[in-house]
Amino acid sequence: MKLRTTLATSALVLGLALQAQAADVPEGVTLADDQTYTFWLLDAIKSMDPQLNTDVEGSDVLRNLFEGLYNEDGNGELVPGVALDHEVSEDGKTYTFNLRDDAKWSNGEPVTAGDFVYAWRRLADPATASEYAWYMELMQVENAPEIIAGEMDPEELGVRAVDDHTLEVKISTPLPYFPQMLVHGSTFPVLQSVIEENGDDWTDAGTLVGNGAYTLTEHQLGERVVMEKTDTYWDADNVVIETLTALTINDINQGLTRYLAGELDRVDIPAGQYPRLAEEYPDQAVSTPYNCSYIYMLNVGEKGPEALKDARVRKALAYAIDRDIIVERILQGGQKPAYNWTHWAIADFERPEVEWADEMDQAQRIEKAKELLEEAGYGPDNPVNLSLQYNTSEDHKKIAIAASQMLKQIGVNITLDNYEWKIHTDRMQNQDFDMARYAWCGDYNEASTYLDLMTSYSGHNNGEFFNDEYDQVMADSKTAENPLEMYQEAERILAEEMPIIPIYHYANVDMINANIEGLPENNVNNTWYGKDIYRTAE
Amino acid sequence: MLSYILKRLAIAIPTLLLLIIISFVLMHSAPGGPFTAERELPPQVLANLNEKYGLSDPLWMQVGNYVWGIVTAFDFGPSFVYKDRTVNEIIAQGFPITLTYGLLSFAIAVLVGVSLGVAAATRHNSPLDYAAVGVSIGAQVLPNFVMAPILVLIFTLWLRWLPGGGWQGPEYWIMPVIALSTSFMASIARITRSSMLEVLTSNHIRTARAKGLPERKVILRHALKPAMLPVISYLGPAFVAMITGSVVVDIYFSTGGIGKAFVDSALNRDYAVMMGVTILVGALTIFFNLVVDILYGWIDPKIRY
Repeated sequence: MKLRTTLATSALVLGLALQAQAADVPEGVTLADDQTYTFWLLDAIKSMDPQLNTDVEGSDVLRNLFEGLYNEDGNGELVPGVALDHEVSEDGKTYTFNLRDDAKWSNGEPVTAGDFVYAWRRLADPATASEYAWYMELMQVENAPEIIAGEMDPEELGVRAVDDHTLEVKISTPLPYFPQMLVHGSTFPVLQSVIEENGDDWTDAGTLVGNGAYTLTEHQLGERVVMEKTDTYWDADNVVIETLTALTINDINQGLTRYLAGELDRVDIPAGQYPRLAEEYPDQAVSTPYNCSYIYMLNVGEKGPEALKDARVRKALAYAIDRDIIVERILQGGQKPAYNWTHWAIADFERPEVEWADEMDQAQRIEKAKELLEEAGYGPDNPVNLSLQYNTSEDHKKIAIAASQMLKQIGVNITLDNYEWKIHTDRMQNQDFDMARYAWCGDYNEASTYLDLMTSYSGHNNGEFFNDEYDQVMADSKTAENPLEMYQEAERILAEEMPIIPIYHYANVDMINANIEGLPENNVNNTWYGKDIYRTAE
Repeated sequence: MLSYILKRLAIAIPTLLLLIIISFVLMHSAPGGPFTAERELPPQVLANLNEKYGLSDPLWMQVGNYVWGIVTAFDFGPSFVYKDRTVNEIIAQGFPITLTYGLLSFAIAVLVGVSLGVAAATRHNSPLDYAAVGVSIGAQVLPNFVMAPILVLIFTLWLRWLPGGGWQGPEYWIMPVIALSTSFMASIARITRSSMLEVLTSNHIRTARAKGLPERKVILRHALKPAMLPVISYLGPAFVAMITGSVVVDIYFSTGGIGKAFVDSALNRDYAVMMGVTILVGALTIFFNLVVDILYGWIDPKIRY
């Protein structure tokens, strides 16, 4: 199923849908007097600085305080932000963005191309020491790797202000999905004068100057963030919600109780509770696809166990796990069983037909798994012994227990190892594991955000799956007219080699106040903007 | 007395220094670091981060710089995880919150606990005694992570009397204080009761009663003070535990207090915040242990320093 179509990247001039910006309130709808929206944050905001933020929570707040070149609409389509449109050069390596001339900072100053240049250089600059500096590399902006490594001056970055309202970006490899990457918070502009004047305190409430639809009025770390509508925003006339409040609630069940008590307009539903809530509150419980995949990564590298070096064993492990049970009995929130790596709802992606997913039922898979193990020389006398490592979480634990029982059926003995997050990650990055729970959330709505991860040069490929053919396919996809074929080929290689065991594709399972309208319904990244929301009268 | 206090304070300095060094070494020996993330950082980015936060220096130099910063400028450094904030700012925001609900909990736990204990002991084996013992055992076996959600369920969801969490005014204080004080109150009541029962059988009480003093005077003037000795030794550490916060209260009531920050800093490997809060808790513990010892001397004439 395709949720949206990509931008026509072959065209030189890109016409973006110029539909109504901000909240699109239909005729005849009565708005509530109280235009507020209160949402839930699992954790304290680590930083309000666009170039230093690393979290989803932080991004949800930043998107309202700042505005980048492009925004996404409810279907994940790009819509103009500060940029109205752009042109791409013949070779696909130079992008020229035309910026709107009515964009303003919350202190009244105009937003210029120079503000983007400053922010992007700042992201790459080693002096900023941003944990997201690599995003500039991912975007392939010219000279980013050298600048991050300290070998070049940040001024050398491939971004330039042609004039106040024209921004030129040079990238080193053509990237068909480059515009999609500009929705990311790391690329938001910041105002140099405010940062230089206030140093690290520039993000304090009252001091922070942004170019978004809202300004920061209160920030109690780990308690709440309050944002008020600002008149300086270029589309302020169409912004309906006056106050956005984010409440930090560390306990997801407590969040649900407070939602039910009317303190919040949106909250995540804890695992297993969706069916009950959907029945009781059919107009409030919502499940939509979410751009993350849950897998067990296998260590196929030198430090990995002997058994996992054999693709037949890896396939047997993948086949023996009954995903339907995990999705329907444990998670129960509209998640989908995964038989491949890329999330099913990613734009313009379709999973290729693969035998184990499409032509077998679970009983046949288990039979096949036993056969494969036997072929590989394992059996009751010579069982496969592996450890399965997961980070602390009730859900991960339940899934790991279920998986270990399922693997036992084919004679694989699993030892469960639970580690807290940092140790889990550290062990994975040092190839100190057999099987490890892993999840990846796409940075943008395009299959390469998943598939690039399994290349030998990705740096995130902790299981050390090195496959020349796979690398080649992914390299070719960057310049291909129709990358889908390459992506499907990559998925076929993964199904054949099985370096990772796909378990399920995520869903966003939320309770949303029935009077709140304008939140995205078909956006796999769940990129939402306060400016698009409105509250209807009871 | 004064020389005793000065001596204790002098010992406190090397104690704190030892605490700093041990915590520093333990913390750095835990696997993973503040910048360990699902997406492994490119080596150069990691190097830039380590450079910025001084993590590329040898460990002894880091400890040295850290202590030097504290001694000369009272600077506990920037948080490694909350990028916009220093440790001082994080503690300055979180500690007053924790202190507020901690002090209130302490006051309530002591008042209710001691009254309950005394009442139970003076009416030994009466229905009041059984009720008091029942309540305090009940309160003690009900951990606050069970009580907190129940309180929110009752007062927020069903009755809609109190906000379910946050820290915006006095109505936000009530549930955290109940959740935090209950088990302390129960312990205080039990300790008071058993200590009181013992004191009531002692010779000086028999003498007081023989003199024909009214029972109220016997209790308040002669029994209460000696009965408080074991309670006081419990109150010292309990007080520090309460004012330095409870991670359970912070998590369930989203107070923004220091207890949650402390646990998070350990999980996030936010070395700076973890050290800052450790030193705060350490210093408070040392100080209030001293206060308890001084109180001992005042209560028990047999103790002399």
